[in-house]
Parts: sequence; C-alpha cells; structure tokens
Amino acid sequence: MTQAETRGIALRLGLRLENIDKRYGGLYALRRVSLEIAPGECVALAGRNGSGKTTLLRIAAQLVRPSAGKLVFSPVQTETERAARNTGFVAHATMVYDELTAEENLLLFARLLEIPEPARRVESLLRDVGLYERRDSLVRTFSRGMRQRVAIARALLHEPSVLLLDEPGTGLDPQGVSWLAETLRGLRDAGSTILMSLHGESEISALATRAIRLDAGAVVADTQTGASLRSILTFANA
Amino acid sequence: MSLLSNTSVLLRKELRTEFRSRELLTTTIVFVLIMIVLFSFNLNPTAEESRRFGPGLLWLAFLFAASLMLQSCFVREQNNDTLSALRLSVSDPFAIFLSKLCANTIFLLLTELLLLPIFVVLYNVPLLGVFPQLVLVFSLGSLGLSVTGTAVSAISAQARMRELLLPLLLLPLWIPLLLPAKEATAELLAENPVLRWDWVAILIVFDIIFLTAVWLFGEYLLEE
Repeated sequence: MTQAETRGIALRLGLRLENIDKRYGGLYALRRVSLEIAPGECVALAGRNGSGKTTLLRIAAQLVRPSAGKLVFSPVQTETERAARNTGFVAHATMVYDELTAEENLLLFARLLEIPEPARRVESLLRDVGLYERRDSLVRTFSRGMRQRVAIARALLHEPSVLLLDEPGTGLDPQGVSWLAETLRGLRDAGSTILMSLHGESEISALATRAIRLDAGAVVADTQTGASLRSILTFANA
Repeated sequence: MSLLSNTSVLLRKELRTEFRSRELLTTTIVFVLIMIVLFSFNLNPTAEESRRFGPGLLWLAFLFAASLMLQSCFVREQNNDTLSALRLSVSDPFAIFLSKLCANTIFLLLTELLLLPIFVVLYNVPLLGVFPQLVLVFSLGSLGLSVTGTAVSAISAQARMRELLLPLLLLPLWIPLLLPAKEATAELLAENPVLRWDWVAILIVFDIIFLTAVWLFGEYLLEE
C-alpha cells in the first residue's frame, strides 16, 4: 500500500479544458474540446486510432501547447508549473533511459522530483512492480512488458495528484494488468484524478467512473452511467 | 537551489550514460584526430606555417567535431520521449539545458585536451609554456560552441532533415566565435606568446549573450 493510499493525496487537482483546438498544419487533432474533470475522478478516454486521445493527454500534461483554448487546473490558483510536477504521465514511449538500469532511472527522476528518501521510495516501487531482482539490469535488456512496468513506476514515484495514462496496459501480462488495476484503484480511492486512454474493457477500465469518446478530435459521448460507459469502451474495441 | 540540484542530477546522468557507452567521445576524438592528421599530411607545414595556419585548422576541426557531437544531444532524448519525462520532473526547464550545456562543454574540452599532444607532435609547435592560457581560451571557445550548439540542437531535433539543418544553422552562428578563438590561440602559438585579453573579452561576451538568450527563451525550445 502506498503512502498516498493510506493518507490520501496531499494536493487534490482537477482540470478543465476550455475550447481546445490542436492543429498540426491544416489537420485538426482536436477541435473545440471542452471537458471538466473533477478532483478524484477516474475517466476512461476511448476512441479509434487517430481520434485525438494522445494529443488530449499530452495537452493535459502540458507537454503540448494547444493551438486555441486553454487548460485550467482547479483549485484555480494552482500554478501550472506546480500542477505539472504533480502530474504522472505514462505515454506510448517508455520515457525512461535504455542505457540506465531500472534503479538508476527511477533514482534519477526521484531526485529531480525532490522526493524525500528517494532510495527507499525507489526500492519500494521496484518491489511493487516486480523488478527488484532486476534493478541493476540496463533497461535496454528488458522486455516490452518490463519496460512498461518501469514506465509506470516512474509515473507513480511522486504519488501524483493527476495521473494521465496512454494505454497503460500495453505490453503487460495478466498479472501486470491486475497489479496496475489494483494500484490505480488505491490511487483513485486516495483522491488522485485519473485520465486514461483505453481500448476495450479490462480490469483497468472497470475502475472508470466516467467514459468519454473522441471521434475525429471531438468529444462525441460523455457518460457516467454503467451501461453507456460499457458501450463507449466496447465501441473503442470495434 | 532547485535549478542547481536539478542540473547536478542531470549532469551526472549525462556523464554516466556517455562514459558507459563512449559513443560521442570516441567518434568525436577519432574525427578530430583524422582531420588533424589529414591537414598535417596534406600541408606538411614548417614551424612557421604551423604558427600561421595551425590555430585556424585546429579550430575548424573543433567546429566540425562540435557539430558532430551536438547532433545527437537532443535526438537521444526523443528516442523514448525522455525529454517529456524530464520536462514533467524538473522545477526549471533551464536545468535541462544547463546540464546538457555543461556536459557538451566537458566532452568538447576533453576532446581538445586529449588531441593537443598530437597536434604538438604533428605541427611541431611547443605549447607547454602557454598551456594554462590555452586551456582558458579553449574553455571559453568550447563553452561558446556548446551554448549555441545545444540551443540549435534542441530546435533541429524536432525538424525533418535535422542532420542537414544543424550544421547549416550552426556554422554561420559560430563565425563570430571562430575569429576571436583562432586569433587568441594564434597569439599563444606565436614566437613571443601573449594572451590577448581583447580576444578573450570577445569570447566572454559571446558566451554571456548566448547564455542569456538560452536562459530567457530555452523553455520555448523544449516545447513540442
């Protein structure tokens, strides 16, 4: 059990996207997207390939600047820099260094995030993701699933207030998916805001209390009820 | 304090990954070595000619070596999207620049100092008496190459044809640096060596201007 699960998330953050457009040349990746995600909400983002899920997540992580519209954090006085450092992001790429070991990678980011007692936190996370025995191995020697575990551990290092996950189950075996679902449940119950892009139903999608479907860069469905939520997620699998 | 501690953590990462793989250092050292040897074999200079042409050849070799070294500076961060992870983790994005800048300066200076004895032998130019002054000029020159090179590397890393774009952007930018660096080195290789502070001052001004520009606008260069 993480510290966040036992004592709750220190800073509860929500986010609001107001009329967000993102253009790459003449192509719209997102078109007039407006969303409000309350602190502690767990939202599944569904949609076909190219529907704009990744772009939306990267804008929410403040890694990509929208072409129009704005991203606001709640409480409204939260500075964007503080919000960014309270965000955990799991992307398609692993966001870790192949030429460093699993432990060196996590220690690097723990020190940058100024986590107290970084070595202890890293050891605990490496045990959680089942990589403690391989902590001294270079990440480039890992399988895709093991790399994904390191990527998830990196995103969870600082027990973030906002967790953005882009298809987090990629490469994970069934045990890994179960572990991730359990970890996300703990973080959700502790008050973390979770926004995750998913394909189809899984143990992870079962955590969602709300589902949003994107199509051609626009929000086409947004629901919190069980049956509709399932239909949105299964549509994504079609 | 966060800027300094973040920079120090990132600099250790840069040094660790490079000394583990030795990719950049090996290729750059071999490249400069080949250039110095080729120049020497082609020109077969006398001691007098070495004093006249040596500094220019040396700095041209350093320039090309730097453009080779800086090519992968930010490209390596894009392979696994680690630049995004860094941007989400540091308190000041300038720390990412500063660490890369320090690492590039160290690697470049190391390359220059390792190849200096070979230059002395091939070009028959005694440098022992002016070694500390030469280190000062090399340090300021390397810092200038790295400041501009690191910034341009961040820009070109996101572009198509980046291998072509980097030298095209960098080489003209380095002209104001090449001149004082070459002249200051030439004065130190002269029969009556002297450290010309006017050239050194131009190098310092170049470094300060570009450091300030990167400090002010560096954050925008890191954005997607």
